[in-house]
Amino acid sequence: MTALLRPVAALGATEFRIALRNRWVTITVALMALFALVLSAAGSAPTGDVGVDALSVTVASLTSLGVYLVPLMALLMAFDAVAGEVERGTLSLTLTYPVSRSGILLGKFAAHLAVLTIAVGVGYGLAAITALATDPEAVTGLPALLRLFWSSILLGAVFLALGYALSSIARRPGTAAGLAIGVWLALVVLYDLGLLAAVVADGGGVFTSRALPWLLLANPADAFRLYNLAASEATAAASGLGGAAQTIPAAHALISVLLWPLAAFGLAAAALRRVTP
Amino acid sequence: MMNSLTLSHVTKRYDGVTALDAVGFTVAPGERVALLGHNGAGKSTLMKIILGLIPATSGQIEVLGAAPGSPSAREGTAYLPENVAFHPALTGLEQIRLYLRLRGCDPAQAMDLLSRVGLDDAARRRIGTYSKGMRQRVGLAQALIGQPRLLILDEPTSGLDPVSRREFYAILDSLAAEGAAILLSSHALTEVEARTDRIVILSQGRLMANDSLSALRRRAALPIRLQVSARPGAADRVAAQLSGGRRNGVMVDLTCAHDEKLTRLGDIAAIQDLIDDVEIIPPSLEDLYSHFSRRDDQ
Repeated sequence: MTALLRPVAALGATEFRIALRNRWVTITVALMALFALVLSAAGSAPTGDVGVDALSVTVASLTSLGVYLVPLMALLMAFDAVAGEVERGTLSLTLTYPVSRSGILLGKFAAHLAVLTIAVGVGYGLAAITALATDPEAVTGLPALLRLFWSSILLGAVFLALGYALSSIARRPGTAAGLAIGVWLALVVLYDLGLLAAVVADGGGVFTSRALPWLLLANPADAFRLYNLAASEATAAASGLGGAAQTIPAAHALISVLLWPLAAFGLAAAALRRVTP
Repeated sequence: MMNSLTLSHVTKRYDGVTALDAVGFTVAPGERVALLGHNGAGKSTLMKIILGLIPATSGQIEVLGAAPGSPSAREGTAYLPENVAFHPALTGLEQIRLYLRLRGCDPAQAMDLLSRVGLDDAARRRIGTYSKGMRQRVGLAQALIGQPRLLILDEPTSGLDPVSRREFYAILDSLAAEGAAILLSSHALTEVEARTDRIVILSQGRLMANDSLSALRRRAALPIRLQVSARPGAADRVAAQLSGGRRNGVMVDLTCAHDEKLTRLGDIAAIQDLIDDVEIIPPSLEDLYSHFSRRDDQ
């Protein structure tokens, strides 16, 4: 292993062990499994009416769930990453070892992303099994589920990195936790409410036709939702949002989904660079 | 011989406040130097500058012949931060294995390092269950990784009981004997007294003294105390003869300058029939420390 990756691997393995001990792995896996099973059970009922397979219905529900749950889990895992190390005095110690700051960040990122991948994989996997067991047509929904899976990981990556940035700025775990909840509320809940209010006030004017699509793409959570709904007709139909999703091409949403993790990680690295240990 | 650490005119200013003002001293291989100063005197700031964690505003720093924080300086330098607390969910063994991997050493050495600091029994317990002294030993164990050539130890013995302190200094002695340079800060002056080769005193960011203990004693020229125990009933006469102050029924206290010591002892010897015992008490490190750290205020 190269000298650059060795410390990243060591830090990542340690961070994953901490996540296991802190029950983060258990909590996130249980949470995702529970919600996925509940949604699958609820989704298997109205299949006949919409005319799409059971899995596409479930994917539509999982998209709405994932957009709330994945960012929340990511932020909760990430907020302590830098602030906790500053408080314990271990950040200054680790920085005297032959490790770079971005190496430290990368190690934590790899471990937390692995935890999220396991949780999302278990949850979505259970949903697929349930759908396939009740509806043989569900196979047609598998590509949509796979798309949902990797885009959920990317969404998680964005909010992990945002969590590290907040953790570096706050420098105290308590403050970082508060900021993390604030960012979750702002980007996942309030942002959409704000846009909705603006659309209503605008009454179908310039804002709705020109600014709204870009504002939706600018938010990683909205881009994630748009991409998953726009990329599959069956999912869009099942969600009942076909019209809204089609105004923005899936390719645009995909670009936002792919660029956000890089931008957020860059932000986190810049924020950590400014921390005086 | 090249110095392990060379500081000259190191100055650090934080928004208008001068934390360090033209500090300069060296630490040679095998030398143990104690950095003394009040809280806020600039000890931790100076250590962080040496480690390359924060930049100096001006001045030259050379760590093992390289710039502070450079790969080769980090390679040979070990650090123990003040009041370090490791992640409570990890065991001591896991924590040391991580630090070994970060240095590119074999993680299998972890148990040896932990037993060297007396933590073998607790190695597989989570750090969350450790006492402060045990966490401090984990910190010391990581500082021993890979035979460092320079050790920077910030309050290394805080939280350690007297026996552990003794063991800790024994470890430092063996490291210094192998040629490691050691810079440690401490509040416990009496333990530094016997265990370091040189003393550097910082006060309000300025270097007030940098010398061996005996040289500092000579320079400070603080009075020496002679404690004379008189024979029963003779205390008043002894006090009168020696023009000293009587403390209680038998003890007479005298003070004298360094160069008067022998004359005074001669005076005492002249009336030895009245005297039971004499104790010579040189100025303590506390006295020296307050002398040198206060000199500036006058």
